[in-house]
Amino acid sequence: MVAAPDVPRASAEALLRSEPAKRPRNMGQILRWLLLFIGGILMVMPIAYMISTSLKWPHEVYNVNLIPEEPTIENYTYVLEDGRFYWWFVNSIIIATITTICNLLFDSLVGYTLCKFRFPGRTIVFIAILSTLMIPTEMLVIPWYLMSQSFGWLDSYWGIMFPGLMTAFGTFLMKQFFESVPDDFIEAARIDGLNELQIWWTVAMPLVKPALAALAIFVFLGNWTAFLWPLIVTNSVDMYTIPVGLSGFGDEADVAWELIMTGAAISTIPTLVVFLIFQRFIIRGVVMAGLKG
Amino acid sequence: MANLSLHQLTKSYGTTEVLHGISLDVADGEFVVLVGPSGCGKSTTLRMIAGLEETTSGIIEIGGREVNNLEPKERDIAMVFQNYAIYPHMSVKKNIAFGLRSSKLPKADKEKRIQEVAGILDMVPLLDRKPSQLSGGQRQRVAIGRAMVRDPAVFLFDEPLSNLDAQLRTQMRLEIKKLHQRVGNTIIFVTHDQVEAMTMADRIVIMKDGYIQQVGTPEEVFHKPANTFVARFIGAPSMNLLEGRVSGGAVSLGAGPEVRVPALRKSGGDVLLGVRPDDLHPGSGNPIVTGTVSLREPLGSETLIYVDTALGEITAKADGRTPPEVGATVELGAEPQNLHVFDKSSGEALT
Ligand SMILES: Nc1ncnc2c1ncn2[C@@H]1O[C@H](COP(=O)(O)OP(=O)(O)OP(=O)(O)O)[C@@H](O)[C@H]1O
Ligand SMILES: [Mg+2]
Repeated sequence: MVAAPDVPRASAEALLRSEPAKRPRNMGQILRWLLLFIGGILMVMPIAYMISTSLKWPHEVYNVNLIPEEPTIENYTYVLEDGRFYWWFVNSIIIATITTICNLLFDSLVGYTLCKFRFPGRTIVFIAILSTLMIPTEMLVIPWYLMSQSFGWLDSYWGIMFPGLMTAFGTFLMKQFFESVPDDFIEAARIDGLNELQIWWTVAMPLVKPALAALAIFVFLGNWTAFLWPLIVTNSVDMYTIPVGLSGFGDEADVAWELIMTGAAISTIPTLVVFLIFQRFIIRGVVMAGLKG
Repeated sequence: MANLSLHQLTKSYGTTEVLHGISLDVADGEFVVLVGPSGCGKSTTLRMIAGLEETTSGIIEIGGREVNNLEPKERDIAMVFQNYAIYPHMSVKKNIAFGLRSSKLPKADKEKRIQEVAGILDMVPLLDRKPSQLSGGQRQRVAIGRAMVRDPAVFLFDEPLSNLDAQLRTQMRLEIKKLHQRVGNTIIFVTHDQVEAMTMADRIVIMKDGYIQQVGTPEEVFHKPANTFVARFIGAPSMNLLEGRVSGGAVSLGAGPEVRVPALRKSGGDVLLGVRPDDLHPGSGNPIVTGTVSLREPLGSETLIYVDTALGEITAKADGRTPPEVGATVELGAEPQNLHVFDKSSGEALT
C-alpha cells in the first residue's frame, strides 16, 4: 500500500494505516478533515436539537442540554393524534407533489422550446422569463393575493399552488441542460417519424433525467417549506400547510417549541424520501453515451 | 427503392448563399458519394435531401415525387449521422425498433424485421446491450441498423466513419459496401476523405465552395479530372501541376523540353501540365523535367521522391529497390497518355 498516502483524498482507513513517519505529509489532510468535521457539526447541530427538543417535556425546552433528562415520546403521540397535523401533512404532500409534477412538465417544455427551436422573439421571451427571477416573493405576494381574491381562489389548494406551477429558475435550468442534448438525436428522431412533442417526451426528456431529478428535489423542498404565501392565502386551519400550521402551535403567551420541533421532525421524513428517490437519477454522463465514444 | 434528382438546388443562410445551384441525378440503387473539403456544402446538401434544412430554391425529387414540402418522415429516407445519434437510454434492440415506430407493420413482422437486420449486421448477441456497452464500430452499426430496418428509398450517410480509427474505418467501409450490394437501396454518402469516396462509390460528386466540380465514376474522376481542383483533390499524393505554354500540339515548360500531349484542345496560351506522381518516374522514356532529389519516402515496393526543379518541387515515384540517392540529378518522364493539361486561368481541363 505504498500509493495510498499519495492519493490526494485518501480514505480515513488509509490515513489510519499510514505510518507515523509519514504523518507530517498528511498535515494538510488532517486540516481538511478538521474543517469538514466542523462543517459537519454545524450542519448536524440544528437537526440534533430539533430531535432532542421533540423528546423533551415543556419545562426542559429552554435547557441547552442535547440529551433530554427525562426523554419522552409524549410529543409525538400528541402531534400524531391531533387531527390538525394530519391535515396539514396531507395538504403539504398534495401541494408539493402536484407543484413538482407541474414544474417538471412545464419548465422542461418551455426550456426545451427555448433551447431547440429558433423563432422570432425567442431571446426576448427568455430574458423576460429570467428577469422574473429578480423580483422577490415579498413583492409578488400582494398582487397574487389580489388576484386570488378576485378569482375566488383564496383558501384553496389552487390558490396556494398557482404561483409556483412553473418557475423561471426551473425553466432556465432545463434550457441549459437541453443544450447538452445534441441536435443529432432530435433530427434522427424527426427522420424516424416522431412529432415534436413525442421527440421531447421520448428522446429529450430521458436524456436530461439528472436535471429533472435535481429540479424535482428543489421544487419539492421549496414547496414543502414554503411559509409566507401559504400563510397569507389560507384562512381555515384545515387548509394550512405544515410550516403554517406548526407556527401556530401553542398560544399567544407561550410558543410550544417541543410540539413545533416534533412536527418539524416528522415533516422531514417525506423530504428524505423524495431526496432518496431522485438522487439515484443524478448520474452524470448519460447523454454522452449515445454519441461518438 | 427509388431514384433521386436535384434540380438547381440553392441554399442561403441569411444573405450568404452557400449552395449555388446543385443539379444531380442518382439512379435507383446507385451508391453516390459526395466528397469535398470542409465547408463545401456536402452536409447542407444531404440535410436538404433529408428535409432537415429548408431549400432556398430548386426541386428535390425522390422516386419521381417532389418532396420539397414534405416532412422528413414522409420522404422515405433514413439517415446515419457522424455522431451515430443512437439513443443512450434505449437498448440496441429498442434503438433499432425505433426506426419502425411509425410503420404499420404487425408486431410479429416488426420483430422479424429487427432480427433480420440484426442478423445482417452481426448484432444479434448485442441486442440487449445499452449503447454505453458498445464499441464505436458497434454503435455505428446500431445506427445503420436503425436506418436499415425501415428499408427506405434512399439512405443518407453524413461522414459516418470519421469518428472511427483507421483500421475500423477500412473495415466498416467494406461492410457498408457489402451491405449495399446486399440490400440494393440508393445511397448518398458524404465524406471528406477521397479514399473513402474512391473505394465505395459507383459515382463520385466532387464539390467545392457550394458548386459541383465534377460528377463521374471513380475511374473518370481519377483519369479524366475536369479541372485542377479535382485533379489535386483525388489521388494521393496529389497531382503535380507545372506551369507552361501551349504552342501547336505541345506544351513547353520554361527551360525544359517540349512535351507532346495527345488530344490537346487548345493551340496557344498559358496552361498547367498535370502529371500524377504515380505516372512520373526517373529515367523513363519521355522526359519532362530534370532536378535534384531532395527527400525520399520509402513505401516498400516503391519510393516516393521529392525533386527540386526549375519549375518548383515535384513529387515522383521511383523503384523501391534502387531509388536515386538524395542529391542525385534525375530526369523525370511520363507516358504522353498520362499527361493532363489545364487552362491556367480557369483551371478547366484541355485534354
Ligand atoms: N446554420 C448555418 N448558418 C450559417 N452558415 C452555415 C450554417 N450551416 C452551415 N453553414 C455554412 O454553409 C457552408 C457549408 O456547410 P456544410 O456543413 O454543408 O459543409 P460540409 O461540406 O458538410 O463540411 P464538413 O466537411 O466540415 O462537414 C459552410 O460554409 C458553413 O459555414
Ligand atoms: Mg459536414
